[in-house]
Amino acid sequence: MAIIEQDTTNPGFKWIGTRPIRPDGYEKVTGKARFGADMMLPGQLEGAVLRSPHAHARIVSIDTSEAETMPGVKAIVTGADFPDLKEAGAGAADVDLAVNIIARDKVLYEGHVVAAVAADTRKQAQAASKAIKVDYEVLPHVLTVDQAMAPGAPILHPGTRTKNVEPAPEEDSNVVSRVVQQLGDIDAGLAAADVIVERTFTTKPVHQGYIEPHAAVADALPSGRVHVWCSSQGHFAMRTMTSTVLGCDPTRIKVTPAEIGGGFGGKLVIYLEPLAARLSQKTGRPVRIVMNRDEVFKGTGPASGTKITVKIGATNDGKLTACKSELFYEAGAFAGSPVGAATMTMIAPYQFENLLLEGYDVLVNKPKVAAYRAPGAPMAAYAVESVIDEICQKIGMDPIELRLKNASVEGSQAAYGPKFPKIGYVETLEAIKNHPNYQIPLGPNQGRGVASGFWFNAGMNSSATVHLNEDGNVTVVVGSPDIGGSRASMALMAAETFGIDVARVQPFIGDTETVGFNDVTGGSRTTLATGQAVTEACEKVKADLMARAAKTWNCDVSEVEWVDGQVQKLDGSEPPLSMAKLARGWGRTGGPVSATASLNARGVGSAFSTQVCDVEVDPETGVVRVLRYLTAQDAGRAIHPSYVEGQFQGGVVQGIGWALNEEYVHTEKGTMDNPSFLDYRIPVASDLPMIDTIIVEVPNPGHPWGVRGVGEVGIVPPLAAVANAVSNATGCRLTDLPMSPMRVLDALNQKSNGGNGH
Amino acid sequence: MIRVHFGQALRDLTGGLADVEVEASTVRELFRTLDTRFPGIGERLEHGTSVAINGEIIADAVYEALPADAEVHFLPTLAGG
Amino acid sequence: MSRTHVTCTINGDEVEFLCEDDTTLLDALRDEVGLTGSKEGCGTGDCGACSVILDGALTCACLVFAPEVDGGTVVTVEGIADGNQLHPLQQTFLEGAALQCGVCTPGFLVAAKALLDENPHPTETEVRYALAGNLCRCTGYDKIIRAVLAAADYNGSEG
Repeated sequence: MAIIEQDTTNPGFKWIGTRPIRPDGYEKVTGKARFGADMMLPGQLEGAVLRSPHAHARIVSIDTSEAETMPGVKAIVTGADFPDLKEAGAGAADVDLAVNIIARDKVLYEGHVVAAVAADTRKQAQAASKAIKVDYEVLPHVLTVDQAMAPGAPILHPGTRTKNVEPAPEEDSNVVSRVVQQLGDIDAGLAAADVIVERTFTTKPVHQGYIEPHAAVADALPSGRVHVWCSSQGHFAMRTMTSTVLGCDPTRIKVTPAEIGGGFGGKLVIYLEPLAARLSQKTGRPVRIVMNRDEVFKGTGPASGTKITVKIGATNDGKLTACKSELFYEAGAFAGSPVGAATMTMIAPYQFENLLLEGYDVLVNKPKVAAYRAPGAPMAAYAVESVIDEICQKIGMDPIELRLKNASVEGSQAAYGPKFPKIGYVETLEAIKNHPNYQIPLGPNQGRGVASGFWFNAGMNSSATVHLNEDGNVTVVVGSPDIGGSRASMALMAAETFGIDVARVQPFIGDTETVGFNDVTGGSRTTLATGQAVTEACEKVKADLMARAAKTWNCDVSEVEWVDGQVQKLDGSEPPLSMAKLARGWGRTGGPVSATASLNARGVGSAFSTQVCDVEVDPETGVVRVLRYLTAQDAGRAIHPSYVEGQFQGGVVQGIGWALNEEYVHTEKGTMDNPSFLDYRIPVASDLPMIDTIIVEVPNPGHPWGVRGVGEVGIVPPLAAVANAVSNATGCRLTDLPMSPMRVLDALNQKSNGGNGH
Repeated sequence: MIRVHFGQALRDLTGGLADVEVEASTVRELFRTLDTRFPGIGERLEHGTSVAINGEIIADAVYEALPADAEVHFLPTLAGG
Repeated sequence: MSRTHVTCTINGDEVEFLCEDDTTLLDALRDEVGLTGSKEGCGTGDCGACSVILDGALTCACLVFAPEVDGGTVVTVEGIADGNQLHPLQQTFLEGAALQCGVCTPGFLVAAKALLDENPHPTETEVRYALAGNLCRCTGYDKIIRAVLAAADYNGSEG
């Protein structure tokens, strides 16, 4: 008997749109589910990692001799234990990956790995790592884009010349590249405007903040194979990257996925796996390495800190005429910030005829940035949506009305070139506009802010296998780690395809040897792409079973049909054959029944979200309290509405934290001042109200069930929604995140002292 | 005729040209035709570029057929988190 | 090195294990007793993923030295069900989709049980403040709070 009443929305579907208990749920509420650090193998050694205390330094020498003799120590690795990929002529991305895993001649950020130790206990490994003597020649460092670009700034990677600038530069730089989106004539567009608003915004690096630190267990087998257990967003990708760093074929590495305790993009890359593997190879025993929270903050990629200038022109009746922007994104110690994606998404909700967006990828002495939910987009949306909000204030137009007036629709040209196929942006605006929250009157010190956002969503490669079992039920094997309920969605799509009860579908996440290749769980791609593979594999099984039934009835396959989990003769001259019956007869009709579908997903549908936030600002303390939050997001088709709502809500709350509290604080020496959850303040339950959600469904014509990815776009609007609400409440436009109480108080004080509140 | 649009990142190889029209029935043929006209562009297009054909973004598109009068854009391969 | 011998009651069973004097209760539970349900999210008592009930009080197991537990009573997430019968909180968490990745869930279940044991009919605000010591990064807390309130209501309806 259920305790909670279910509310389901399924237009003509039997299973899609319902809210069954997720298949992996029982293990997760009883403490039985095994996450990355929960694996223990017989004879297992424990590892510890030695990390640079300096933001930038040359490694003069490493002396492990004393450490090697300490109690319990079995092996130590340094950069010398890994192939030099630069010398081997590998591509830049692979070289950077390998050097980020373990430093070679230089350390480039506090936390950069220098050595790793395997010992009988973690305590012994940690003690030994502290006894490794590293001689550093400390170098000057840079921590912000301004410092990195200043004349005479120390260069992180000598030989770096900024790409895509004219004329070609003749000096080394920390600016790796420039990316541009251009449409129409920017000067004419700005000249045609009645009102122009230009602001410069800054945001700090923020961490994805997954509650589970990185962990890996590696067991090097005598045959030369290595078996790795780790939690990640994609065990095939982990295999590929680990093999690259170790210098072996991917086929020699088997990766078994553990349950993953949050990723949000931060676990799309490896950190510990090659270290554990090499230590296991050296010792002949399994090795487990687990990061502590300090290491997670210092040693793994946050999202970029940014400096973004946005200038938008509009007519007095709210037509947007032009957008000009310069974006500087911190890449961290190696190239590859998501500034390109930022330029492609920042104005996607709007029809602009004139655009000039220039983005720069800038090196700084901080950890290499990693993806964080719609990477690059939230910061740029913060800037654009804040400027649009200010335009609304200047011309006296409602923020939803202005967005409706300029909204991208099917056939609009996107900034990055193609015309939009069927999209649901306008529907999200209407959903907010028509919701009672939008009419609730506001009291003193309260304000309301609106913002929209866009994310492409990805397709990419997925492979799934469906087995029919003797009992007539099916096993669905996928290769996508389950971050947020995807097993349930796969089961629902399979159930709908077969027309059987979802309880008859057993989903399973295979390792790299038991299922075909799968790209990562990320990029809002899993329900779409792995769902397509599952659906296609189920269709193949259905087709096979119809052929088996035809053989059984000695008729042509055109005389049979599939109805509700059974095969029937069109003329009704035989009783239907159930899946169980067909399974029992499989030996006579051709053998066991199993099908695989492997595909590079097509028909990706993009996602839009519009959100409204109500806040109350305490004028004495500067504390911003979120009173109400409503998000409307186009999911295409919600397979399991509860987990779709969950993705919306999770993204929103991460965005609220990014807007109000979260930031990396560095000392002048380039070390992180707040590498703990005490001082790196993510939202807690008492900070927040319920997060109201509206699932908008404008089905994606490219997907068998109409699915659009939902995982990422939810984090794109909140930074601006909260900032716009604060502006509405206080009359102050805050352009520097996070809007912590001190910054809000400063703005309020400036305003009351006659400043412009900026 | 296939209408091909070049983003800013490719225009250094097209001499600043933003659009061209060419004949091609597959994406592979399109890459080769463009490379003949703009030497070096073929290599750039083959690696790390997604192709949007009539608005649908396709990664690894090189063997795709091109419908008649298709509109083609080139995009960097997109990543998520 | 000599290790300390600890005897205590865990989830109703008498348990013995060896540990060093500075082994945390969390590490002892996970590495010595084999109860990996309690998680380390931070090691500094800030995230609540290691929440256990120690001698009746909600505690972060990472902040307790295992030898201190000698002669004491510990309840972990593995012990809140009644045999095969799920605790109402476990049931409402499943029905209400109050978990996404699930790594914070053990800590939340233990903390919520501690709350309901003491305050069977909390308001939403009381629930939020009681659970403010448990961090979740996936859910935004909405469905967690609803699940706790539903379990409280259910307990109430049972009389």
